[in-house]
Amino acid sequence: MLGKLGWDSIPLANPLPIIASGVVALVICGVLGWTWRRGYFPYLWREWITSVDHKRIGVMYCVLAAVMLLRGFSDAILMRTQQAIAYNSPGYLPPEHYDQIFTAHGVIMIFFVAMPFMIGLMNFALPLQLGVRDVAFPTLNSVSFWLTAVGALLVNMSLVIGEFAKTGWVVYPPLSELRFSPGVGVDYYLWALQISGVGTLLSGVNLVTTILKMRAPGMGYTRMPMFCWTSLATNLLIVAAFPILTATLAMLTLDRYLGFHFFTNEAGGNQMMFVNLIWAWGHPEVYILVLPVFGVFSEVISTFSGKPLFGYRSMIVATMAICLLSFMVWLHHFFTMGAGADVNGFFGITTMIIAVPTGVKVFNWIFTMYGGRIRYTSMMLWSLGFVVTFVIGGMTGVLLAVPPADFVLHNSLFLVAHFHNIVIPAVLFGAFAGVTYWWPKAFGFTLDETWGKRSFWFWITGFYLAFMPLYVLGLMGMTRRLGHYDVPEWQPWLIAAAGGAALIACGILCQIIMFTVSIRNRHALADTTGDPWDGRTLEWATTSPPPVFNFAVLPDVRGEEAYWGLKSTARENRRLSDLPDYVDIEMPKNSPTGIVSAFFATVMGFALIWHIWWMVILGFLGAWATFVVFAWRDEAEYHIHASELEEGDRRRREAKAKLLDLPPEALA
Amino acid sequence: MSGGHKAGGSKHGDPNKLGHGEVPADEQGPAPKRIVVAYGFWIFLLSDFIMFAGFFAAYAVLVGETAGGPAGRDVFELPLVAWETAFLLLSSFACGMAGIAAFARNVRWFQVAMAATALLGAAFLSLELYEFTHLIGEGAGPSRSAFLSAFFALVGCHGLHVTLGLIWLTTMMAQVWAKGFREDILRRIACFSLFWHALDIIWVALFTVVYLLGAGA
Amino acid sequence: MTRLRFRLILLAALALAGCSAGVLDPAGPVAAGERTILLNALVIMLGIVVPTIVVALATAWWFRAGNKRATYLPEWSYSGRLELLVWSIPALVVIFIGGITWIGSHQLAPERPLDSRVKPVTVQVVALDWKWLFIYPEQGVATVNRLVIPAGTPIAFRITSGTVMNSFFVPQLGSQIYAMAGMDSKLHLQADRPGQFRGLSAHYSGEGFADMGFAVDAVPPAQFAAWVGATRGGGGLVLDGPGFMQLARAKGNVTPIAYRAVLPGLYDRVVAQSGVPAHKETQAAGRENK
Repeated sequence: MLGKLGWDSIPLANPLPIIASGVVALVICGVLGWTWRRGYFPYLWREWITSVDHKRIGVMYCVLAAVMLLRGFSDAILMRTQQAIAYNSPGYLPPEHYDQIFTAHGVIMIFFVAMPFMIGLMNFALPLQLGVRDVAFPTLNSVSFWLTAVGALLVNMSLVIGEFAKTGWVVYPPLSELRFSPGVGVDYYLWALQISGVGTLLSGVNLVTTILKMRAPGMGYTRMPMFCWTSLATNLLIVAAFPILTATLAMLTLDRYLGFHFFTNEAGGNQMMFVNLIWAWGHPEVYILVLPVFGVFSEVISTFSGKPLFGYRSMIVATMAICLLSFMVWLHHFFTMGAGADVNGFFGITTMIIAVPTGVKVFNWIFTMYGGRIRYTSMMLWSLGFVVTFVIGGMTGVLLAVPPADFVLHNSLFLVAHFHNIVIPAVLFGAFAGVTYWWPKAFGFTLDETWGKRSFWFWITGFYLAFMPLYVLGLMGMTRRLGHYDVPEWQPWLIAAAGGAALIACGILCQIIMFTVSIRNRHALADTTGDPWDGRTLEWATTSPPPVFNFAVLPDVRGEEAYWGLKSTARENRRLSDLPDYVDIEMPKNSPTGIVSAFFATVMGFALIWHIWWMVILGFLGAWATFVVFAWRDEAEYHIHASELEEGDRRRREAKAKLLDLPPEALA
Repeated sequence: MSGGHKAGGSKHGDPNKLGHGEVPADEQGPAPKRIVVAYGFWIFLLSDFIMFAGFFAAYAVLVGETAGGPAGRDVFELPLVAWETAFLLLSSFACGMAGIAAFARNVRWFQVAMAATALLGAAFLSLELYEFTHLIGEGAGPSRSAFLSAFFALVGCHGLHVTLGLIWLTTMMAQVWAKGFREDILRRIACFSLFWHALDIIWVALFTVVYLLGAGA
Repeated sequence: MTRLRFRLILLAALALAGCSAGVLDPAGPVAAGERTILLNALVIMLGIVVPTIVVALATAWWFRAGNKRATYLPEWSYSGRLELLVWSIPALVVIFIGGITWIGSHQLAPERPLDSRVKPVTVQVVALDWKWLFIYPEQGVATVNRLVIPAGTPIAFRITSGTVMNSFFVPQLGSQIYAMAGMDSKLHLQADRPGQFRGLSAHYSGEGFADMGFAVDAVPPAQFAAWVGATRGGGGLVLDGPGFMQLARAKGNVTPIAYRAVLPGLYDRVVAQSGVPAHKETQAAGRENK
């Protein structure tokens, strides 16, 4: 009846996960209870949970990412403290816990922190920057988000019910095969990733279509903001790479569930094929994560330098070059498989070639700052911290791309230090810069800068203290994923790294304080102009927060930096542009399709993990019925009258006239 | 989402949006919903092709790994596969007819053509199912060898797509019956027909790579 | 001259890492070659990375909004010459390092036998849960978790796995190579001087992974011959088929063992059957050696 599920599936004997999840459950119940008692629940349901507004969905993605960042970071703290004390001792985490923790850390940080941050920022900013009212498929967007949330939920459920994978985050077989991992851990991994992967893929399809088919009149390809270009590259990569992951994980699933022999030791299975396939997805994945933040940094550096992005077209070429090349380097993840000198040499060189467009980007950012008037906001600090740190990470990356060097550094803490040196300054700093940058657009008030800057300094010093020692440890021959060790020289460096993790914890604490303080002071921090940073792209043309339809009339784009052009023209003419004709518009209705189908996906995923077959069928039928109900509805859109648009736009124009210091008659 | 587009599009004298006229195609504002939907669905189909490419690649790698079990030439029955191919291609033809009927807003012929599509699709599936049970009965199931694993996964993945297509197809028939040819329903019919034809393309590749090359080798 | 000094400083900075038996303290030609390539590539890149960082910080600081002496160029956003420069500098560096990579990949290819007049000693390596089995086919002996090699003699390793993927790695000797069931990977290493080195699995392989280290004893050739003789004539066990299965299925056996004789062709059998076959009754129920 309940498949493999039984009372023994709940690890009552292990206090750590039970306490942790107990605390989490208490917090969730507390938040839910508070929401319920204050009567916010109908509001949340109406305005957020069932929302198909790209801005709301974008914000929810970022909230999901932030919450999961806390979970992923707690795993990091556990690992750092374990390694700091585990010299000649088992430490406090036995292997069966430690192995789950480093697996969960990787999975959570990549799939449920970095990915949702990037997709969230793209969701929020892309339609605004393109000057349109929503993404191509608004309801699908909501489905994508909720499916991603299901993945995160399943990973967290594994804390209490059963176990998580103990295989490392890329689940290499044969270790991940049933013979060597008989528990449900790998199954949690597989289904969490498959379900959230569907969400990611659909989101990629949605955003590619949005960028290619939904731009304001006049917004030609070479007038799109840099963030749109990098997002286009990212979403093309999602569409091209995620299906490979789907296929690969499906093969592993067939091995585990139906006794297939894709990657087993027996009957001709081929484990090296898995390694090739997973990295054929995995390396593009790195660029999926890193390209959007290249866009964020481009926007931030240009805005706060008060200059257009230097070498815009060159940056486009660099972006698309990275996009293409990212599919030609996957083998550098396993030079040590012994593919031969020619193959290794070839992939080493293609890997280095990617450093060229990346280097071009760094130089262009520097030239963007050159001749600027740089305002040192926290966003600019994140960007500078990124440029400096990322260059170091890029250098160690090229070192690892030299096969003979990789032969001694592969899988060592040098490698761990390298990819954290890329992912933290690029993806996380970029996400923080992006959140701070677009926060006033989303909520109508800016974030507290003092706490933002404090957080930056803790993060960056914490980063260096935590990861520079790992480079040294890698050179000392310490390999990754060790639960304990017996080399005395390693311990001081590991203690230092743990200290770095503590500093990062302070940085995160500052960020929590920053959000609290900012929300409390929201009236003092209010952004009445819709353009708090003297922006250059179209999202700053509308109000903060924008109306649900973003723009009363789609902007008419006349060149690069559309909004900057509008502002310059208005300043020259001492008046705003002529009043447009307001026409009635239709907007998509909110729909619970996303959350309901996600509910059934959870049921299905859980049932598949525990082999509860009747429940799988139930979940499938439920999901199908949800879509049928959605497809059957008669009213998909609602009407917004021109007079309403005109009224809102009049207030926007007044604010803009005030911002540009124009006389009242400038409103025309 | 559509209000502004029409205003944006009608300004320029290029009703079919072919990119002629003064304004370049990429500067004409958001495309009409019909185009956006079909375009998005095509991108989804491309991603589906890539997923199949993964299974094809796995098949190519594992085709020789028979682990002492049967190879392709021992188990493939080409006449059966020929029938499968015929059914699937005919069902695509019927699907095309359904598209024409939908274009002409003719409910009866639409339903007839869709029913024919469904029946032919079901015939294809039953043959495939017969082949699978037959092989498993002979001890040549997917657990026998890596080659058979890859074979069952690749062909089965296509079969799974056909199954889901059949569920979609019957749902569309019910929807047209209940709601008629609404704008959004017509867009879905267009997507379905793209999907069904895409399955054909994949079958042609599969038929060639797996069965023809496999039986000959 | 300056470059030499720079390298010396760099070496000093990395000495902390080097002195503790890491990859910067090579004990053989492969490790030494790899260290040279590593440091060369590092120095070349530092030549571009350090100036980039300095210029980035200096530009950012000089053009701060409060600096009245800095010129504001609000429109300056393109320069063909600079674009040429920013594309060509990284391209040139990459061509340079790419050359090093291509040559290095071939010279230090793990499968390439070492240039030496001494006849190589073959060692067959089998990764097991969670221990290493070393078979000396020419000598007819075998050890677990202790690798004894003659110094100054090339060692031709053949590496496979009886279980999941592992990576055979002795940091001070150089290159690591994956140990995979069903695969017979080749690796050539040599210890130039006698000494004790740390060996490990550099690829995570499950619960007992952290203890999967082994000791490498590089001894003078004469002592090696003596060791072989003593092992052969000693009262150790014989590694035959059942003995191997027992060893493979024993959980995490970390104390070194020496076998006085080995079933001929054992290694090839392990490769041919893709590792240790699963117990019939546990095939679907998990790692048998639990």
